[in-house]
Amino acid sequence: MPTLSRWFVKTALVYFVAALLTGVALMLRLVLELPPEVAALQPVYFHLLMVGWVSQLIFGVVFWMFPKYTPDKPRGSERLGWATFWLLNAGLVLRAVGEPVVALRPGSSAGWIVAASAILQMLAGWAFVANTWGRVKER
Amino acid sequence: MPRLSVWIIRTALLYLGVGFTLGAMILFQKGVPYAGGVWRLLPMHVEFLLIGWTLQLAMGVGFWILPRFIAGAPRGDERLVWLAYALLNAGVLSAALGQWLRAPTIISLLGRAAEVLAAATFAFHAWPRIKPHGK
Repeated sequence: MPTLSRWFVKTALVYFVAALLTGVALMLRLVLELPPEVAALQPVYFHLLMVGWVSQLIFGVVFWMFPKYTPDKPRGSERLGWATFWLLNAGLVLRAVGEPVVALRPGSSAGWIVAASAILQMLAGWAFVANTWGRVKER
Repeated sequence: MPRLSVWIIRTALLYLGVGFTLGAMILFQKGVPYAGGVWRLLPMHVEFLLIGWTLQLAMGVGFWILPRFIAGAPRGDERLVWLAYALLNAGVLSAALGQWLRAPTIISLLGRAAEVLAAATFAFHAWPRIKPHGK
């Protein structure tokens, strides 16, 4: 398994646990008095699970196992692959930090953190598509 | 990778690109409001990423890597999977665009029904391929 795939898959596993812990926190607020930010974690919970775990796992396995791009560059652009990894994870972390704050304090400067996270994740998606497209081919 | 998987997986990649873009537009609005109407894209964002990307990718990879038959067509009757592919994408587009354009509910409902038919057709095709290698 290539280094980048190991990073994708191991990071995905971390998000898997983090997402389910977030799910526990969301349930706990029904029986315990927790800070109001916890209630604002609902969309973060869903995106940690679907982007951090599911999509990131897919990205790692696709980079590893899809047909070779060329004999010289079997996995396409490694640089674009790493860009995908960092853009996606920087975007997700910024979202997890900024979104609950913005939900409770709309108009705060944390809004720009959320906006930046949106752009970073979008760029990650585009980078993954660009790097994978040429590897989806008949033998 | 068989040609049909190429079509299915590339279509899934298109949904990923568009779905992430729609999600970014909505998330940006959440952080720095610029157009409240962007929230109407939420059902399309969800439909594109859950069904159009994740499930469609699984179908494309499944058709490619599930065990093949020794006799006859190695991957069975491909026409069933072409049908599932057409139904799934007609369903995703109907369900997503129907909600976005506030079309009569029947449009989105028919879209969801087409998605169910796609799933059933794909399952019917894949079922006998879930077997030990060499049988």
